[in-house]
Amino acid sequence: MAKKESNFKNMTIALFVITAVAGLAMATVYSVTKEPIAASQKAKINNAIKLVIPEFDSISDTVVMPEDGKDSIRIHHLLKGTENSGNAVETYTDKGFAGRFTLMVGFMPDGSISNIEVLEHKETPGLGTKIAAPRFKDQFKGLKIADIPGEKLKVKKDGGTVDAITAATISSRAFCDAVNRAYATDKKGGKQ
Amino acid sequence: MNQLNNFSKGFFRENPILVLLLGTCPTLAVTSSAINGLGMGLATTFVLFMSNVFISLVKDFVPDKVRIPAFVVVIASFVTIVDLLMQAYTPALSKQLGIFIPLIVVNCIVLGRAEAFAAKNNVFSSFIDGLGMGLGFAMALVIIGGIREILGAGSIFGYKFIAEGADGILVFILAPGAFITLGFLIAILKKVNKSSK
Repeated sequence: MAKKESNFKNMTIALFVITAVAGLAMATVYSVTKEPIAASQKAKINNAIKLVIPEFDSISDTVVMPEDGKDSIRIHHLLKGTENSGNAVETYTDKGFAGRFTLMVGFMPDGSISNIEVLEHKETPGLGTKIAAPRFKDQFKGLKIADIPGEKLKVKKDGGTVDAITAATISSRAFCDAVNRAYATDKKGGKQ
Repeated sequence: MNQLNNFSKGFFRENPILVLLLGTCPTLAVTSSAINGLGMGLATTFVLFMSNVFISLVKDFVPDKVRIPAFVVVIASFVTIVDLLMQAYTPALSKQLGIFIPLIVVNCIVLGRAEAFAAKNNVFSSFIDGLGMGLGFAMALVIIGGIREILGAGSIFGYKFIAEGADGILVFILAPGAFITLGFLIAILKKVNKSSK
């Protein structure tokens, strides 16, 4: 077949057909993968909840607007039988070295932090990625933010108590910011 | 053209990264570990041979003046498809590679091969070319990622071989390490290619 001439009609037809086929193909793949993607995201959230608060058998969610932040925060209230077994708060910070990252912070009924999981981040590999390492985040376990002056976690460089990661102070600071936001939001709207 | 030759040229003689110096942007960005390099390389390979095949199929139908927009649409569609499939069926890897999967669209290897090869050759040659180039790209990414991970983090494919809590040579994980590693690899391959002539 000879090469088509570059006149208006041929060009229009070629582009139209190609974009139509491409659109159709993408729509098909989108509708096929929509459910698995939603399911895997839900599984990820549920997994994170289980990691921060291990014992519960029912979840109810509330969505609360934090005082300082653009987006709302989802709080998962966890019950074991009828007893409150804590809240898992999906929090975020925009102060990360590479923009937003999200955490799941678990609070026990007494207000102490049970565990923290990193949901999504884009921090620098080898430096900021250490926020997800136990060596850094385990220092938050059992902390009661209510007992800290000003009710805010800070890295040591800023006069606080948190050991920042070497060469990743910005990520560490952002991590504290996210935890503080989780705490403040949980306090504001977390009670059932 | 000899198909074996056509396939193997992507690895050494015309390796897209180390010889043609195409697609250096994703190369420098994703190779902070071997597994990232592998994931990115395989995803790019898939896009590369799919778009090569498709473009060589439609090359006679597309008039010259609109070939670039047409090729870009084809490539972007395959990238979107790969992205969605990875999110659905390999969520962990998709999370790890994050933004770099959608960025395959702007990887000049893909458009470069479409222009330089698929638009002029038949479907089978284009398929072989895409596969060879893609695997050559993946190989280079794994080598660079592996070197940077070994030196920078003291691990390979995530298995740490230095003491827990110890650090590697951090500069290799960071951006300058990518340039240094790539530079040395290019120099070595140049020497090898020269002496084998």
